[in-house]
Amino acid sequence: MLAAGWCTARAETLPVTINGLVFAPVEIHAKVGDIINWINQDFVAHAATARGGEWDVMIAPHQSTSLKLNRAGRIDFYCRFHPNMRGTIVIAPE
Amino acid sequence: MLIRSSAAIAAACLISAAAGAQSAKPTDPQIAHIAYTAGQIDIDAAKQAQAKTTNKDVRTFADDMVRDHSAVNQQALDLVKKLGVTPEDNDTSRALSKQATEERATLAKLSGPAFDKAYVKNEVAYHKTVNGALASTLIPSASNPELKGLLGTGLKIFQGHQEHAEHLAAELK
Repeated sequence: MLAAGWCTARAETLPVTINGLVFAPVEIHAKVGDIINWINQDFVAHAATARGGEWDVMIAPHQSTSLKLNRAGRIDFYCRFHPNMRGTIVIAPE
Repeated sequence: MLIRSSAAIAAACLISAAAGAQSAKPTDPQIAHIAYTAGQIDIDAAKQAQAKTTNKDVRTFADDMVRDHSAVNQQALDLVKKLGVTPEDNDTSRALSKQATEERATLAKLSGPAFDKAYVKNEVAYHKTVNGALASTLIPSASNPELKGLLGTGLKIFQGHQEHAEHLAAELK
């Protein structure tokens, strides 16, 4: 039981693609310790910026950037270059 | 007042792209020229802002405009080259350029917070006008699917710029 618990809690890398100014998936379910791999398929730079300011990553055109999730909670994020791009990450405790 | 009137002129210019059009809609070479010109105008406005502003947020916005509009225009150049299309100068492009030159001259006389507010206010109005023209005239008139697609992506990018400029304008009040 304990071992299974440990297994399910193993950190994962979750891809989030950006294509045509849309984050996909737009709502991400993760847990503390997981890593978001932001993959920008557009020809312009984007950002993923937490609404509360706790993180802000820039993703160059046709590049990817990783972000480790350190705290549980629901975080709304947007692209500060194109604020019409929005998404949410729901982070469960480890 | 000046800003309001120049935005109105820009709107009239772009609407004329549709009206020129009462008999014939703008052709792909004309649409490519209008879209490229509209992007270059915003790059020039941003470069003026980079040279004049001391406000960190306004500078960041201007940097974003140069970077994004340069990227979109590079895509446009690559596409017309690939398609073998030569962008064609037209009354709409010429009117836009003339109006933009006048706007830059007006902004050149301002400095400090007055410049920042006027620049950002014009960016809101300009993006609103260009986005309206893209959605109502330029995208529906484009024949080539790749050109239509690029204009569609451009519209989403510029709608983001408009929203960014609106936030910034509210902060500068």
